[in-house]
Amino acid sequence: MTTRYTEDHEWISLNGDIATIGITAYAAGQLGDVVFVELPDVGKSLKKGDEFAVVESVKAASEVYAPVDGDIVEINDALENEPAKVNEDPAGDGWFVKIKVSDTSQLDGLMDEAAYKDHTA
Amino acid sequence: MTGTLFKTPLHALHVELGGKMVPFAGYDMPVQYPLGIMGEHKHTREKAGLFDVSHMGQARYIGDEAALEALLTADLSAISAGEQKYTLLLNETGGIRDDLMVSRPDGEGIFLVVNAATKDNDFALIENATKGKGTLTRIEDRALLALQGPAAKDVMERLCPDACKMVFMQCGAFTLDGAQVLISRSGYTGEDGFEISIPEDDAERIARLLLDQPEVEAIGLGARDSLRLEAGLCLYGHDMDETRTPVEASLIWALSKTRRERGDFPGADVIAAQIDAKTCQKRIGLTLTGAPAREGAEIASKDGTVIGIVTSGGFGPTVNGPVAMGYIDRDFMQPGTEVDILVRGKPRAAKVVKMPFVTANFYRG
Repeated sequence: MTTRYTEDHEWISLNGDIATIGITAYAAGQLGDVVFVELPDVGKSLKKGDEFAVVESVKAASEVYAPVDGDIVEINDALENEPAKVNEDPAGDGWFVKIKVSDTSQLDGLMDEAAYKDHTA
Repeated sequence: MTGTLFKTPLHALHVELGGKMVPFAGYDMPVQYPLGIMGEHKHTREKAGLFDVSHMGQARYIGDEAALEALLTADLSAISAGEQKYTLLLNETGGIRDDLMVSRPDGEGIFLVVNAATKDNDFALIENATKGKGTLTRIEDRALLALQGPAAKDVMERLCPDACKMVFMQCGAFTLDGAQVLISRSGYTGEDGFEISIPEDDAERIARLLLDQPEVEAIGLGARDSLRLEAGLCLYGHDMDETRTPVEASLIWALSKTRRERGDFPGADVIAAQIDAKTCQKRIGLTLTGAPAREGAEIASKDGTVIGIVTSGGFGPTVNGPVAMGYIDRDFMQPGTEVDILVRGKPRAAKVVKMPFVTANFYRG
């Protein structure tokens, strides 16, 4: 399983051609307490860079962007009632969507963990 | 626009406390501390929060009070020693230039506290209008702290017991830890509390003393905004501005009865006509489920017609759900009216409700 990071603080974790996407602990920390997550419908096609979700903290709404091209195959319904999972476990239970990745080589253009650490340092 | 941000006398303390500093009205201010907006909000409702509001404009006015009064909606002669009033500074068409506090904490004329973003305009306006009749002195060497929450009185009972004899909207001059301070029993959270004007050289020491009290946490601008929103209180420049009158802003209560009878405040004819016509939009409160509605979101009737706009909105930590305020057409202003708010283009079911969203806990004796 490969995990990569974007400059906009999404993470994407690839397993076969299915990738799970969420926001990083750094992003969750910057946002503060998450109070609402607006997720897309299953089946929606995303192009890299598309805004596909909105995460609301007490203070503000922030957009979440697709790290790569793909089609949404599953969304994390649990966030509807427990948006705080994004703060509690951003890399685990706080995931946003799963997509079927169109071209897995697109992940090569993203940051690995070490590069992302430098990016947020 | 570039430029150096102003710093309040507590700037170094905010940084030391881990405050996340952001530009606000020309000042470098803490939006939150490590406790976070949600935690700071709840702490203030349950115990006590300390806010640095030194960016706000403080001034004294001494002289012909009729000249000052002509700009405002208050009856200054009705404000006795030791009393404070919320009032509005209006333009010639009744639009709201600012909302402010006027008070008589001591024998030194009128003490004014105005919004940070508007203070230069306000003070210039007052200086011009009162030229030769009175003197406005801007107070640049005092900090302003707000101690808010149900335990604020317990803290003050320990540090300045005389201040606890005041009730909501009273004020006075006191000694606090050796400093000469002005205190009013008021605030911007809907809770009991105190606002304390302190000489800048004493400010950090007193802030630390207050923060040392077991009930008190430092609170940033983020929670200040969510607290005032739940309390149904307007944020100038958002929930009201020069394009809105006190009638539209549901602030008729800030027009003193005698001034209304005399009709001698700016824009009095416009305002009287609006009161009679009962056709203008009104500022109302809204609750909704799911996504918070933010400033700028359109309010629509159930048939999809746009009937208003959200001017402040977010998640209310005490309400535990999204709350908003905004302006809505008259026909829809009654509490209980079902409407939609368009959040990112999607209609979200919302309901007009009475404000405040949480019960006000002012101490009235």
